[in-house]
Amino acid sequence: MEKLKLHYDVDGEDFTSAGEASTDVKRVLRRLGFDSDTMRRVAICMYEGEINLVIHGGGGVADVEVDENEIVIVLVDHGPGIPDVEQAMQEGWSTASQTVRELGFGAGMGLPNMKRYSDEIAIESTVGEGTTVTMKIRPAG
Amino acid sequence: MTVKQLAETLGLEVLSMGDEPDREITGGYVGDLLSWVMGRAKSGDCWMTIMSNVNVAAVAELADVACVILAEGVEPDEPLAKKFDTIAAAVFRSPMGSHELAWRVHDAAGV
Ligand SMILES: Nc1ncnc2c1ncn2[C@@H]1O[C@H](COP(=O)(O)OP(=O)(O)OP(=O)(O)O)[C@@H](O)[C@H]1O
Ligand SMILES: [Mg+2]
Repeated sequence: MEKLKLHYDVDGEDFTSAGEASTDVKRVLRRLGFDSDTMRRVAICMYEGEINLVIHGGGGVADVEVDENEIVIVLVDHGPGIPDVEQAMQEGWSTASQTVRELGFGAGMGLPNMKRYSDEIAIESTVGEGTTVTMKIRPAG
Repeated sequence: MTVKQLAETLGLEVLSMGDEPDREITGGYVGDLLSWVMGRAKSGDCWMTIMSNVNVAAVAELADVACVILAEGVEPDEPLAKKFDTIAAAVFRSPMGSHELAWRVHDAAGV
């Protein structure tokens, strides 16, 4: 399989289209014949990352590289950054606003999900500059 | 038990039959916090929730649940209603609460 590159601009305001990039990635993986466990792990990682771009990062870009041995997701925003990444990774830690919580977000489970369902995760964040999250998912077997 | 049979047995209001009315229900999950649902619901589950905004559609699609039941008779907002046709899962509604729905789904579908 030749390496496939997907690029998405994720709007920081628009909750009604949130999840569209993730849904598209899943569609592509299904077409390429990836197994359901891999699709599920990528969908979870991508969705949580995409939503964080929207609700915390003020929007950004998502780049996904797909080949048969590895799917790499890179999410970049120029939002407020994360002051304490280790704390942000804790289950239940959230700074989500009341408005966002009413939509069902803010459980503080997004980053823990991303860690749990990816094979590798790296978060680089600088307060006032932004955040880059890189995740790698490798199909089993 | 299939998605369609579940709707009939429990007398659920059908908002959308989805792509696969004959899909087998293989489990259940109750939850309203979307990251919990994303991380814990399994493919083929019947997902019961009181959430009624558009993000329900994306989570149902990505988590690959067989059907969603909107509990407590909640009214899906317009952006969500517009998404029903674009997702594979069936979407039902019931005046019952999540607890009552959960035991009825368990009784009926054995999950
Ligand atoms: N891209 C980002 N920019 C700035 N802060 C972020 C970003 N991503 C995460 N955070 C911070 O890390 C916290 C934890 O993120 P996480 O995704 O685990 O939970 P959440 O988004 O608050 O809730 P959930 O994902 O369960 O809906 C957030 O509340 C926020 O403070
Ligand atoms: Mg999150």
